[in-house]
Amino acid sequence: MAASAFEAAVAVTRLGLGARPGEIDRVAADPRGWALGQIRAEGAPQPSGAAVSTAERMEAFLAYQASGTGRREAAAPGGAPDPTAEAARQARQAARRAITEDTARGFLDRVRLGLETDQGFAERWALFWANALTVSAAKFTAGAFVDTYEREAIRPHVFGRFEDLVLAAEQHPAMLLYLDQARSAGPDSRAGARRRLGLNENLAREMLELHTVGADGGYDQADVTELARALTGWSIPRQQDRQRADGGGFVFRPEIHEPGVRTVMGRTYAQTGRRQGEAILRDLARHPATAKRLSRRIAAHFVADDPPPALVARLEAAWTGSQGDLAEVARALIEAPETWTPQAAKIKTPYEFVVSAGRALDEGPRRPALLRQALIAMGQPPFAPPSPEGWPDTAADWAGPDALVKRLNWARTTAGAAVVTDVNAVALSALGRRMGERTRSAVARAESRPEALTLLLMSPEFQRR
Amino acid sequence: MTLSPLHRRAFLAGSAAGLSLAFAGRTAAQARTPENKLIVIIARGAMDGLSVTVPYADPNYAALRGGLAVALPGSADGALALSDGFGLHPALSTLHALHGRGQMRFAPAVALPVRVRSHFDAQDVLENGGEALRRQDDGWLNRAIVAAGGQRLKGLSIGAQTPLILRGDAPVSGWAPGGRVREDDRIAGLLQDLYVEDPLLGQSLARGLATEERAALDGDGGRVGRNDAQALGQAVARLMTGTEGANVVALSLDGWDTHAGQKAQLQTRLTGLDRLIAGLETGLGDDWRRTVVVVATEFGRTARANGTGGTDHGTASSLILAGGAVRAGGLIGDWPGLADNRLFEGRDLAPTLDVRAVFKGVLRDHLGLDRAQLDTRVFPDSAAEAQTIDGLV
Repeated sequence: MAASAFEAAVAVTRLGLGARPGEIDRVAADPRGWALGQIRAEGAPQPSGAAVSTAERMEAFLAYQASGTGRREAAAPGGAPDPTAEAARQARQAARRAITEDTARGFLDRVRLGLETDQGFAERWALFWANALTVSAAKFTAGAFVDTYEREAIRPHVFGRFEDLVLAAEQHPAMLLYLDQARSAGPDSRAGARRRLGLNENLAREMLELHTVGADGGYDQADVTELARALTGWSIPRQQDRQRADGGGFVFRPEIHEPGVRTVMGRTYAQTGRRQGEAILRDLARHPATAKRLSRRIAAHFVADDPPPALVARLEAAWTGSQGDLAEVARALIEAPETWTPQAAKIKTPYEFVVSAGRALDEGPRRPALLRQALIAMGQPPFAPPSPEGWPDTAADWAGPDALVKRLNWARTTAGAAVVTDVNAVALSALGRRMGERTRSAVARAESRPEALTLLLMSPEFQRR
Repeated sequence: MTLSPLHRRAFLAGSAAGLSLAFAGRTAAQARTPENKLIVIIARGAMDGLSVTVPYADPNYAALRGGLAVALPGSADGALALSDGFGLHPALSTLHALHGRGQMRFAPAVALPVRVRSHFDAQDVLENGGEALRRQDDGWLNRAIVAAGGQRLKGLSIGAQTPLILRGDAPVSGWAPGGRVREDDRIAGLLQDLYVEDPLLGQSLARGLATEERAALDGDGGRVGRNDAQALGQAVARLMTGTEGANVVALSLDGWDTHAGQKAQLQTRLTGLDRLIAGLETGLGDDWRRTVVVVATEFGRTARANGTGGTDHGTASSLILAGGAVRAGGLIGDWPGLADNRLFEGRDLAPTLDVRAVFKGVLRDHLGLDRAQLDTRVFPDSAAEAQTIDGLV
């Protein structure tokens, strides 16, 4: 029972989003079973709230884009203020603001799910895959779809085959816009030749380098270009042809698709239009280098920056043996002894820190503006990772001097506002047997409740997982 | 008369309504007179009263305290003599000067109505004002604002969060001077203790705080500088002046839990407290004569020094009143003495006065609250145990 109580604390904090009051006790009967039970074919739980679908968001996005056209003609040549142009500019700004506010609500819905869920592992697993296949609101056009991307492209597929997950991700408007695929056209395609359009290799390159086989996966520039040619035509709807889009907001445009047979990493792919790029992507997803690379990334995210090779090998074997069935990979992670090492080597990301603090204090998301500010200060602005690589994932990235000061300031503010009677009980329910004597006694001896809670939130056991 | 809780509540509500009607007339009549001002400073962590209001003439003081004893008045770093055999800690020169002008008094041995040695529970009781533990719904200072009609008195809390003492039905405002953690803040030191086996976190935090410090020194002339308690006092005073200024202010000072190295810590804390009061006095200017400052803590510390140059959680401590509205006078409450057989449980300064009795005296005579309101609404069921003290202001 003692071993199980400790493992329950590890399960909920390392594999989950931190313990809500009583959660560690509830899990103690079967910590592995708790996590295994969250592996469900339908994917990870969805945030509740009035979520907008990608199709609905696309309407707003296209309307926003349309509001910009004609702006230049409207501007009077003499430079005199043109009321029509000014009204158009304001309408465009309002449309953009409405979209931003809508995605911000989507973020809050996700935070609320994080605070309330009893499926912390499934949530962490979903967040991992959203980050492995990053899109970012750092670019507004992609930002317009970041929340629907997570809900529709990521969550339903995180316990299915990786190739289905990655295909859903690459064909989502968020990704097509983020990595400039939507405008990439084959120079020899019908429209390309006529309008002198050209290739954009961005998505093709990141597909290889970041989403599948990795930089040392054995491809070269010719493979990137070939893949980029195959992907031409993958796009999003325009205002006038939006009925062409499938439910996820994807449109295949044959008129800009580069004709011809393609060769990528030694395999040739017949001229099949939309299916050509999909076939290449599926092969990349099944490539051993992909299994190897992502297995390591999973282990590094959940267990240690420099993960135990035995753990990576287990995940890789599960991946390969199941043709990339992520449910099997998740099972392997949960069942691996290395996952349960007592040593908490990982530093929580700011998002994990803030959400786990809310869970420990049994709070709902208070004051969204403050939450946003806090995450920005700690280096993880909502939905806006800095590059297609996604959020960094090592202790050095998150526990830098300024970031820790920001965590401390936030912890103190949060501790001061928390309504808690028994701080010792809060500490125990947050960390369970993972709490060391030093932290236990520091919390017990603190001179005030806010001080006690600040110490708890900033303790090594709470900062790490 | 015994009433069921339900009846009792109805009875209280009825009487309160009557009282506030009575008040409405009085408020209107007094509309042109500036309101009096009350500042409650909570010293969190259990302030060692025996080092603040020093009972140097008590025959047992020096022996019990050993190296922690404040020297006799007149000697180097000696106590600043008051009267009745008491002196003030040498860091409290402003309070000493106020005493000389009849604007400072103290209670040498007050305590809460309940005996608890948990900071958390005791601070709750101190701020809630009741006798039950873990009542965190509202605080007595807020209920006092409500009892005064809700409009007449304007509450203000200093700090990022509203402390329990000012939480409740009456809306209050808040202000925080920056609120950032500093390098030499207590919490930074406590965290370094937690990080001894986690050098990544320990070194990272130390470097981060050092950088913040330099950044703070470089710019931002307008804000309250670090450790500048006098500037803080003046900033608070500015928020209390003018027609929209606050009348009822709560402010917390942290860092009084002096289990080790007490002498140096208290020198710092008490210097800060003294400068804060100096800043309030100069900042309030003409309003100072309408002001009472109360300094209270959740409990005192052991009468004897412990083995680490500090003291542990005790019972009674001292309470200070300062301000132009304070009426000159002697000790508030009795001095229990420090003889072995007078110590509470053989270890602590024994309480001679329920701290609520002082609060009630100030609220009645300074803020014009009615005794019945004080006994029932502001400090429920306190009529017998904590009789309102006369003549404090």
